[in-house]
Amino acid sequence: MGLKSKDLIGIKALDAADIEQILDTAAGFKDVLGRDIKKVPALRGKTTVNLFYEPSTRTRTSFELAAKRLSTDVINFSVSTSSVVKGESLRDTALTIQALGADFIIVRHSCSGVAHFLANNLDASVVNAGDGTNEHPTQALLDLFTIREKKGIIRGLEVAIVGDILHSRVAKSNIYALKKMGAGVRLIGPPTLVPDVLRDLDVEIYSDMEKGLKGADIVMMLRIQVERQGKGFFPTTVEYFRNWGLTPERLAGAKKSALVMHPGPMNRGVEISSDVADGMRSVILDQVTNGLAVRMAVLYLLAGVRE
Amino acid sequence: MKVVIKNGRVIDPSQGIDGVCDLAIEDGKIKEVKSEKSRGKSQKHENNRGTKEIDASGKLVLPGLVDLHVHLREPGYEYKETIRTGTTAAVRGGITSVCCMPNTNPVNDNSSVTEFILKKAASEGACRVFPIGAITKGQKGEELAEMSIMYEAGCVAFSDDGRPVMDSLMMRRAMEYSRILKVPLISHCEDLALSAGGVMHEGLLSVTLGLKGIPPQAEEVMVARDIALAELTGGRLHIAHVSTEGSVALIRSAKKRGMADVTAETCPHYFSITEEAVGNYDANAKVNPPLRSRKDAEAIKQGLHDGTIDVIATDHAPHHRDEKLGEFDFAPSGISGLETSLGLSMRLVDEGVLTYSGLVEKMALKPSGIIGIDRGTLRPGAEADVVVVDCSREYRVDAGEFLSKGKNTPFGGWTLSAKPVLTISLGRIHEWE
Amino acid sequence: MSKVLLNKEDIGRIITRMAHEIIEKNKGVSSLCLIGIQRGGVHLAGRLAARLQEIGGQNIPVGALDIALYRDDIAVRKEQPVVRRTEVAFEINNEKVVLVDDVLFTGRSIRAAMDAVMDFGRPSAIQLAVLVDRGHRELPIKADFVGKNVPTSIEETVKVEFEEDGLEDRVVLEWV
Ligand SMILES: [Zn+2]
Ligand SMILES: [Zn+2]
Repeated sequence: MGLKSKDLIGIKALDAADIEQILDTAAGFKDVLGRDIKKVPALRGKTTVNLFYEPSTRTRTSFELAAKRLSTDVINFSVSTSSVVKGESLRDTALTIQALGADFIIVRHSCSGVAHFLANNLDASVVNAGDGTNEHPTQALLDLFTIREKKGIIRGLEVAIVGDILHSRVAKSNIYALKKMGAGVRLIGPPTLVPDVLRDLDVEIYSDMEKGLKGADIVMMLRIQVERQGKGFFPTTVEYFRNWGLTPERLAGAKKSALVMHPGPMNRGVEISSDVADGMRSVILDQVTNGLAVRMAVLYLLAGVRE
Repeated sequence: MKVVIKNGRVIDPSQGIDGVCDLAIEDGKIKEVKSEKSRGKSQKHENNRGTKEIDASGKLVLPGLVDLHVHLREPGYEYKETIRTGTTAAVRGGITSVCCMPNTNPVNDNSSVTEFILKKAASEGACRVFPIGAITKGQKGEELAEMSIMYEAGCVAFSDDGRPVMDSLMMRRAMEYSRILKVPLISHCEDLALSAGGVMHEGLLSVTLGLKGIPPQAEEVMVARDIALAELTGGRLHIAHVSTEGSVALIRSAKKRGMADVTAETCPHYFSITEEAVGNYDANAKVNPPLRSRKDAEAIKQGLHDGTIDVIATDHAPHHRDEKLGEFDFAPSGISGLETSLGLSMRLVDEGVLTYSGLVEKMALKPSGIIGIDRGTLRPGAEADVVVVDCSREYRVDAGEFLSKGKNTPFGGWTLSAKPVLTISLGRIHEWE
Repeated sequence: MSKVLLNKEDIGRIITRMAHEIIEKNKGVSSLCLIGIQRGGVHLAGRLAARLQEIGGQNIPVGALDIALYRDDIAVRKEQPVVRRTEVAFEINNEKVVLVDDVLFTGRSIRAAMDAVMDFGRPSAIQLAVLVDRGHRELPIKADFVGKNVPTSIEETVKVEFEEDGLEDRVVLEWV
């Protein structure tokens, strides 16, 4: 056992056994998180660098806490993308960080492929915390962990992902992960944001939300970037909510036991109504807790890979 | 100086020659091509003293290639390429005439830049350089550049390559005006609104890589527009770097209709590789127009085969190594193509897409015709631009060995078989191995 | 090559004897809890607890401890040990904790286990019960209760098999 690569760049490169191993390991870490002393010495002496080219308090905090609970030292490196374009090259920044002795580099960047680039150029383990519109693997893993925790098994479930699939690295990672684990996937949203070519990944595509939600076990909502309105992707957030917002009435069309998920931060009243977000079937806060356990598991497992 | 290249298989479509001949050169001009039959007797009478004899047995002897689409980068971007390094790379690739695009800094939109390029080429160039002037001032698409003054200074065609003329009225005026010079406008067909932000071919791969796609239609709507404008104006239109199946179909039907004076080129990368070459964000496979699908590549080959596409040019676009490192989105587009062009194109002969003669037509004769120069031929009296090609030995492409400053190629590590081993350019013999 | 050191009956007898020794040393079973180290130690702790209950007539809390996250060999091991469940569903503050493991060898697992236990609280004492002590200690650790002392050479391995894992109870010495 053990992961095959020193890096976690995307779900694309994992197989079902890898995913299962991460989820199993995460279960062990969830135990740890329930204790009074939530810190274990597993990775004592290691150094984690959070290299965030895009602001994201949530993800960065989650990784930071995960790394600290494994007893690694954590350095936060925030770089604004605009200064990067003019200033130091990605490679130089990365080499500098490596020279500091980083064992783990957690990277988020607005350009797809950056995690790949760093992984190829550095000895440290690179964990992709979201690159452009490519992947956000730990988010998908924590989503799967949450689904497995609540439903027992992932195989055979029908998962509806609703929203801006085209620009969502969360959606992409989830599509790959769910398919590898044997779930059915439906993508729901306006054709401007749900490219038809995705059908080639053996998923169903709906622009009609009611039809798409029918019989779903899981409803995964995506954050809508409000900036996309007026750029031709959809006319207004009002119309968007009318067509694709998750309301109690629409949710009633899914299975009675259907769970509602959202990677956060939510736009209440744009993609999800408050009734649903705060409702009984929402597991949105469980996702946050599980994120910590999954990220601990990922760091722990990557530390064991010798290439 | 007298040179005889003996026993090579001479391919010269301008004279309908394809056979083992001796090629005699004197004073920088082609003297004669002697076939096997006539060779025996005439040799006896000749005084071979002072003649350099080159044995080309088992090799191909072709007219020096003519490349309609090259970015030499000088002036302004000498860190990417210079006229000296670019022309040296061209000669290494069997190319003896290059047409250089005007997107330098400053833009070649006035005769002083044209003159600078020609002066530089005369003093430092390893082969002939034919400048292409900008259609509009600063390639901004707003005002016509001084085409006829640049023409007199030596420009052979006009193009806003890289920054296409989006305003249809401006393009119409440019085509109409260019009629006084009878030179082609070379159009980089790209609807900038439709391609905005795109960095690769649009499809499943672009979606799953998270890279913004450029649909084939971004090229095709402009190909259709420019054909329509060529019909309207009677101007000469040459379509640069055709990359899509749809463009091939549009050009084919335009040629069939016969209402427009249109020619077209493609580049080796559009028939040799596909979007798959982007792989895991390899910026060396980032090029504009982007590498397309397998279907498109097949259609390009068909277009070359049936004559829809007239020319193979390189769109040689060298960049500095650092520029291709890092974020794929930020990497500049372009492939350093001069030194792989012939090797890649020769594969079309192996695949039966083109004959040797057909290939020489696309890479030497037709491009010469399009810009109206007397090259791409071994006719007696023509400039002695010659390339000897060895097709018998396989070799690995190593970008590190490129003479171009641009090492940006997606073909590194490829095995090719056709390799120029001797090029005669500007009266100099360049020999390798 | 291998040799059976203990069979099912031997193991049963040893567990009974160890249970008596634990009661003896602690003067009863009050304030006592058992924590087995994953994985063999967990089976053994369960059996010891059952025997203690039979003898002492009192329910003894039993926990399971995974030491993967406390090990000291991160820099040298080939891959990460599997993280198994830790279940210590009772207070250990001011309790006497008997750590239970199948084989005592270098002592490093016990060091890790003590650190892990300390993260759950502050026991009044930690004692150690092992089925087999094979020697070769690398740390100053000594068991309070030993089923059987087995002198071994460093190349040999001591394998403990349990019915709980679908095998027959036995302890085997293996060498090449
Ligand atoms: Zn172009
Ligand atoms: Zn170009």
